[in-house]
Amino acid sequence: MNIDTADLWFVIIGLGLGSFALRFVFTGLVGDRPLPAWLLRHLRYTAVAVLPGLVAPLVVWPAATGGSLDAPRMAAALVTLAAGYFLRNVIVAILLGALTLYGGLALLG
Amino acid sequence: MTQETTKSTYWQGVRDGAPFILVIVPFSLLFGVVATEAGLNVFETLSFSVLVIAGAAQFTALQLLTDGAPTVIALISALAVNLRMAMYSASLTPWLGEARLGQRALAAYFTVDQSYACAIVKFEQNPRWTISQRLRYFFGVVTPICPLWYAFTLVGALVGTKIPQGLALDFALPITFLAMIGPMLRTRAHLAAAFVSVTCALVFAFLPYNLGLLVAGLVGMMTGARVEVLLERRAGARA
Repeated sequence: MNIDTADLWFVIIGLGLGSFALRFVFTGLVGDRPLPAWLLRHLRYTAVAVLPGLVAPLVVWPAATGGSLDAPRMAAALVTLAAGYFLRNVIVAILLGALTLYGGLALLG
Repeated sequence: MTQETTKSTYWQGVRDGAPFILVIVPFSLLFGVVATEAGLNVFETLSFSVLVIAGAAQFTALQLLTDGAPTVIALISALAVNLRMAMYSASLTPWLGEARLGQRALAAYFTVDQSYACAIVKFEQNPRWTISQRLRYFFGVVTPICPLWYAFTLVGALVGTKIPQGLALDFALPITFLAMIGPMLRTRAHLAAAFVSVTCALVFAFLPYNLGLLVAGLVGMMTGARVEVLLERRAGARA
């Protein structure tokens, strides 16, 4: 269906302003005022608490397969994570993951 | 650790950001193509990428608009997808808080998954970097990423043809994030936070507006902080 132009711009501008506000809320408004120790302790785990949660559903229920578990994608995910963890090298992990994905798709797809 | 010049932290950032070109290019290309197929013109598509500069939220908004969802729902859902940016912002504040307001505003605009993930790792590894070195590094990471995000949105919008399904580009995003997560898991507290986050994200996936991710993020952070305290206490008892 066609998207109404006014609706579209409402969403584009609203999302742009809203996203900036979310990004600016602490960096910009708190600035160099000291944060309490307990809060800092929580913030140290932001990355490892958000990124895995972001990825997990994409791995378990991939949109490309209509949400059903997919062996090549699961294998690629596990290889990438293991490579990143043990080798501590992001690029090598990406390449190994991509190899696993395409290898798996070629074998099983 | 050797004394590093401000210039070298910028180039270090560029180097660390460069691998993400592999993800940014297909992802933004795909957005350009999908937006054009949804009936957006080139200017509208490019405005989306420049103003919002967040792939997952852009796809969410576009998907819901195409499905005919009410505009307010489309907007709120896409903002919910971007709620993690507020957590990134909070996490970066101790490192970037002393910068000038304009610089902080610019850093806020460029706070994306990749720039945050690279920066937080490097800032923690190099606690003695000056604010200027940190900013240079941050904008260094952004340099190879964000301009390409705009450029390939434009290319996608202009080309507008279907990208072959066999390329499995849907999985470029999970693979890069997983590759970034691996090296972040340095302590048992990190491992616990990540494990709890995955579990919560899957258990609460049924929640609307991507709220499951918010639950996963908060519970994961609480787990990490708690385990850190327990480990410190145990180390203290042993000493």
